[in-house]
Amino acid sequence: MERVEITEAATKVVRQLQQKHGPLLFHLSGGCCDGSSPMVLEEEDFYIDESDVLLGVVAGLNFYMNQDQYEYWKHTHLTIDVTKGRGSSFSLEIPLGLRFIIHSRLLDEKESKMLL
Amino acid sequence: MSYTKPKFKEKYANFINGAFVPPKGGQYFDNTSPVDNSLIAQYPRSQKEDVEMALDAANAAKEAWGNTSATERASLLNKVADIIEENLEEFAVMETCDNGKPIRETINADIPLAVDHWRYFAACIRSEEGSATELDANTLSMNIKEPLGVIGQIIPWNFPLLMLSWKLPPALVTGNCVVLKPAEQTPSTATLLMEKIADVFPPGVVNIVHGFGPEAGKPLASSPRVDKVAFTGETTTGQLIMQYASKNLNPVTMELGGKSPNIFFNSVMDADDAYLDKAIEGAVLFAFNQGEVCTCPSRLLVQEDIYDAFMKRVVERTNAIVQDNPYDVGTMVGAQASNDQYEKIKSYLKIGKEEGAKVLAGGDANQLSGDFSDGFYIQPTILEGHNKMRVFQEEIFGPVVCVTKFKDEAEALEIANDTLYGLGAGVWTRDAHQLYQIPRAIKAGRVWVNCYHAYPAHAPFGGYKKSGFGRENHVMMLNYYRQTKNMLISYDKNKLGFF
Repeated sequence: MERVEITEAATKVVRQLQQKHGPLLFHLSGGCCDGSSPMVLEEEDFYIDESDVLLGVVAGLNFYMNQDQYEYWKHTHLTIDVTKGRGSSFSLEIPLGLRFIIHSRLLDEKESKMLL
Repeated sequence: MSYTKPKFKEKYANFINGAFVPPKGGQYFDNTSPVDNSLIAQYPRSQKEDVEMALDAANAAKEAWGNTSATERASLLNKVADIIEENLEEFAVMETCDNGKPIRETINADIPLAVDHWRYFAACIRSEEGSATELDANTLSMNIKEPLGVIGQIIPWNFPLLMLSWKLPPALVTGNCVVLKPAEQTPSTATLLMEKIADVFPPGVVNIVHGFGPEAGKPLASSPRVDKVAFTGETTTGQLIMQYASKNLNPVTMELGGKSPNIFFNSVMDADDAYLDKAIEGAVLFAFNQGEVCTCPSRLLVQEDIYDAFMKRVVERTNAIVQDNPYDVGTMVGAQASNDQYEKIKSYLKIGKEEGAKVLAGGDANQLSGDFSDGFYIQPTILEGHNKMRVFQEEIFGPVVCVTKFKDEAEALEIANDTLYGLGAGVWTRDAHQLYQIPRAIKAGRVWVNCYHAYPAHAPFGGYKKSGFGRENHVMMLNYYRQTKNMLISYDKNKLGFF
């Protein structure tokens, strides 16, 4: 039972980025402009501590979200996908003309019991 | 009346050291218009080496520029304002093309406001003074303001020229040199401005470097040759920029968005008059600029005893919004700025409905026909639900408002403050007590009282909580770009007597 999953298309992009940049992580952004989107960053570039929740591992990458943001997201299941686009954040896929995106659905009763 | 897509060159360059310079690596990216998804032009895909070139220019220029008189700097800012004003329509049409917002907004809001911010900061620097205090009969403490040096600025795509005009003037007028990276979705008006003002400032004072966040933004934000970084955007990049600043022990200012409550108390419906008409418009302002505003009033809180009657009027007004060709002066809501935003908003409409939100208006993408069939249009949407739903907690950045009802003042405040953010809020009431006490109890940097979405220069703007820190649009911004030099002068001829 996973709280977060990733599509095949998004996995391919992750592989491509790993080859270029080495170890990576996902961090879900909040706020303005390109907020509420998953950012892919170099593992050593982004400071993670106990204020971040590890939601799962997708395509070999840890997927984190800030604890207080997680409180509002925890009842949903997340799938990371990729779409054409041009975010203006520091996420590494942007030069490819692509943007990671989150599709969400509610956890069903069984999933809620196991995960919450 | 309708405008048309402006003419562009095939390719544009960075503006470094007073001249247009192609990117060293020779790489470019295609910039497209969200109005119809057509190609606009190619812009430099700059890398670290291009940023370094701009930082060389800025660092070389900073000493001379920092020593120019306030008179001179202010007069150059006024010159920029005049130039934008003289070319207002050209800037407006280009902004509509690049961002997708309707022409009536760029002509009446974006560009005139940009002009005014240049003039405001020119006036500020001429009217302020330093300070001197006589600490005792023989000791004078004198405070002199000095520029920081070189500023890195990274701006967003929702109000391209206006955000540039919020950030550049206070940094320049205080004697700093700037390297600015426009958002890669909307590089056009920053470039047009450089074409128009190429000779206004000495070379190296203003530098514009285009490119992507990880390739051009990161080397700018992390450079030890930058003395401060100002950023508007989202929280993860905000954290990254603060990490880099911590390595350089540099100050930063951050504007990171919000989820702003717009609260309507029952007295708004005491009479069916001009004020009620204004209040209804105030609720519908969620659709302004396609909802792509950090302070979008995206949570609508309505007192329960007027809820049905008030919402009936709000839904009617929302359904009357004209969403069409953004170049037409009759169009009220245009296109979202990019495909990924369009996809993100659609995913929010989906999860909102799944969470049980009821659609009162809109609720889907808007497929326009003809020339605009490939553009990114979303119907102005009202979702009814409760504050724990994700659509009530996350910045959708689309023309989507989430409405819920409240019983009394206490519940209104509880809902209003139940958010990670604190940038803007609106309070609508005819009750003189409420119009002071409620805004004071809301944890947000800007509370509009019986109005919304006004952004005049001379009123400080910035966030509480996770919305960031720093205050723009106001004289206090000058000190975010300056050091204080304290000179402590003794007029006593006698020694201390210690040694």
